[in-house]
Amino acid sequence: MLELAQEIVQRALASGATDAECTIAEGEEFSAAVRMRELESLKEAGSRAMGLRILRGKNTGSSYTSDFSREGVEHLVRSAIELADITTEDPHAGLPDPDEFGLIDGDLGLFSADVESLATELKIATAKRAEEASLSADPRIFNSEGASFDNHVGSHYFANSRGFAGQYRSSYCSLSTVPVAKDGESMERDYWYTMARDFAGLEAADEVGRIAASRALRRLNARKVETQKVPIIFDPNAARTLLDNLFDAVHGMAIYRHESFLAGKLGEKVASDTVTVIDDATIPGLFGTSPFDDEGVPSRRTVVIERGVLKSYLMNTYAARKLGMKTTGNASRGLTGNAGIGHGNFYLEQGVQTPEQLIAGVANGFYVTELMGFGVNVVTGDYSRGAAGLWIRDGELAFAVSEVTVAGNLKDMLENIEAVGSDLKFRGSIAAPTLKIGEMTVGGK
Amino acid sequence: MQFSDSIFASRFHLAKQDLEGYLGEALSQGGDYADLYFEYLLTSSISIDESMVKSAAQGVSVGVGIRVISGERTGYAYSDDLSPEKIRKAARVAAHIAAGPAKVDRMGLNAQKGHNLYPVLTAPTETAFADRVELVKRADRAARAFDSRIFQVQAAYADNLRHVMVATSEGVLTLDRQPLARLSVSALARQNGGPPQRGHAGGGGRVELDFFLNEHTPEHFAGEAAREAIAMLDAVEAPAGEMTVVLGPGWPGILLHEAVGHGLEADFNRKGVSAFSGRIGQKVASELCTVIDDGTIGSRRGSLNVDDEGQPTRRNVLIEKGVLRGYLQDRLSSTLLKAESTGSGRRESYAHIPMPRMTNTFMLAGESDPEEIIRSVPKGLYCANFGGGQVDITSGNFVFSASESYLIEDGKLTRPVRNATLIGNGPEALKYVSMVGNDLKLDEGIGTCGKEGQSVPVGVGIPTIKIDKMTVGGTA
Repeated sequence: MLELAQEIVQRALASGATDAECTIAEGEEFSAAVRMRELESLKEAGSRAMGLRILRGKNTGSSYTSDFSREGVEHLVRSAIELADITTEDPHAGLPDPDEFGLIDGDLGLFSADVESLATELKIATAKRAEEASLSADPRIFNSEGASFDNHVGSHYFANSRGFAGQYRSSYCSLSTVPVAKDGESMERDYWYTMARDFAGLEAADEVGRIAASRALRRLNARKVETQKVPIIFDPNAARTLLDNLFDAVHGMAIYRHESFLAGKLGEKVASDTVTVIDDATIPGLFGTSPFDDEGVPSRRTVVIERGVLKSYLMNTYAARKLGMKTTGNASRGLTGNAGIGHGNFYLEQGVQTPEQLIAGVANGFYVTELMGFGVNVVTGDYSRGAAGLWIRDGELAFAVSEVTVAGNLKDMLENIEAVGSDLKFRGSIAAPTLKIGEMTVGGK
Repeated sequence: MQFSDSIFASRFHLAKQDLEGYLGEALSQGGDYADLYFEYLLTSSISIDESMVKSAAQGVSVGVGIRVISGERTGYAYSDDLSPEKIRKAARVAAHIAAGPAKVDRMGLNAQKGHNLYPVLTAPTETAFADRVELVKRADRAARAFDSRIFQVQAAYADNLRHVMVATSEGVLTLDRQPLARLSVSALARQNGGPPQRGHAGGGGRVELDFFLNEHTPEHFAGEAAREAIAMLDAVEAPAGEMTVVLGPGWPGILLHEAVGHGLEADFNRKGVSAFSGRIGQKVASELCTVIDDGTIGSRRGSLNVDDEGQPTRRNVLIEKGVLRGYLQDRLSSTLLKAESTGSGRRESYAHIPMPRMTNTFMLAGESDPEEIIRSVPKGLYCANFGGGQVDITSGNFVFSASESYLIEDGKLTRPVRNATLIGNGPEALKYVSMVGNDLKLDEGIGTCGKEGQSVPVGVGIPTIKIDKMTVGGTA
């Protein structure tokens, strides 16, 4: 396939392109779903597709296809070249500089062959075990949306006209379950999951089920509280969504367009001293790891915020040129189109206090375990989201809370992160420990 | 459309007896039902940023999804290669879900006649790129010309043309050609070196390119985006807590999509995990509320001639004068619940298992004058436009984010307020609807709904309504 990618690049050059990049992705997916102790569905399939981006001078054009026949490839090349006629000459368009190409050698632990050979019966049994552990955890777990076991193996190939060619395989499997709890009129669901590069890396199915059950149970009989300003503690799941917002705010494209409240703040204090944020795509085995980015630039570790000071944006070649900087190896794209910007393993470094210690320090506050909706404006930093969790009274979790909002501004929230928990754990490519924020507005009654 | 005229016959050389053979293969291990979903999809997109057309892309994908249902179980496989060997292989994989003797009572496939809701001769995807690129250029120019405080504009145009063929073991054969186009504009405004504010607008549908040239022009969407950005420059902090909320007509209908629509999808109700489970016939809204999901409105983004299981779409009454009337069914749920199909089985692509989904969801108009509704509020919030929303169908809690809203003081709209999330509970929220306007408006055609990882285009609509009590998530 890598040869095919290189051949497509050459065809594009022969057809009038001055530069070209070709991506090919192949993958196989499997999913088993069980519900109420019975198999509900099985899904299994493989697919592949390729994408091409060409430059003709400073004009670009892109195309993709799932047709790997000779005619399909010819159509792919023609389609991309044709589009260069309608795009605008853009002085910043182009491939990375020659000295920037490269990849990380050695095994990054992205692929495990055992994922391919797992027996279907084992996968179904694993999902059933997780669901069973939920259902039998407590009589109030009366129903379930089921459990599922998913796995995926994929190969990624990339070649360009400057001589870069690279490929890697990756695998993952995951297990999740969604129990439903009921007590009187109150009905609540929650979920828990585990994901790993190989089967052995998954957390025990029983444990996944038990955690899911306890998360659903603790939401029961939730109250709506009075509107007030209080200290907020985000559990790691909720805190992780703050990192999503922060990623959007240090996204190179948002920066050059002035679409971020962090535009123009490089070198300035933007968060409290307790905050250090890293993007590192080189950590073996993790889900944000890769040997090279989607422009053929080696993956790396970038300090984004160091003890509260904004040190770097995350950039691809285009954003870096617009900003007069160097790419940070964060190019990301699907099969086609100009490269966007993605993150590697993007995380907030952990502190020393346990979550229990953080909660114990709050007399009256809100422990947020779930955030809902899209009420975050990265341009202004305005933040307003639906929330659920537990009320903290005198340093202890007192009762469940739902149908409320938490609101503030990301700028103030970052500056008011008073403490960072010691419980950082990667459950995906973005991770954060428990975080305590000095004060936010809870909207309720 | 005749089978022999379809792209699947002409380009991929599929014959009816091939389809019957694949269905037979799918039921070779038993099972109650099988279907094939063939899809040939052409897409294109063009975007402008900093007044430069920086990106243009086009692509093609093809595939078939094969499903076998056995009792409550579903087996699913797909192939992006339409060669007979690959389709047969996928059929055998899907067949694994059943364990019994082959189902042999096969009947011949008969092409069904469906609606003709989008009689588009030339789909936007089939027009010259030179014409389509003008749309984003015009949008860019118009937004910048709107006001000197507009300093950044992005516009994106995207279209696709989806050829779909569904064949089922019950003899249904449907063909559809589904065009879809959308133009969206985002503008940033700034004054006196202050912080920027963003405005956003867009629209489209299952239309010809002419829709954008004459009816809903780039200048219209650009003007809306720029106007919203400028309006927000003077925004004050949003209030926090319970208050009276008035929703403007059109896109704010997303309230219905989140508050009731998802909770009425039959898969959740069959499993008893929705806050609306077991509530048919009960009062879940004020008498002023009648909520419809209608997949048959001409040219709309959420409309379909047939759903993705080959069933004709319908106009379905979800709530009638406040009383819960029905759920949205797909094939699996309607069979298990012994309910009528509602034509609501949808999927993102051939690689996805269908499930019950909404089409165009809206509330019927009432009798109040919209201005009278606003005049009746001494203190509250008027929401003119929204971003996205989300719902937890089990607790019934839903949120949606106001992107343009104003304080109501003494019956008048006064100051614009900053973005705020509104939160409520599905079976409760609409009980507080105390006035419904006579100005029902459908959205302009920009919505996409996500459920269990699958995205499908949808529409929403609502007249101006007054909700006496809802929680607003501001900071003031």
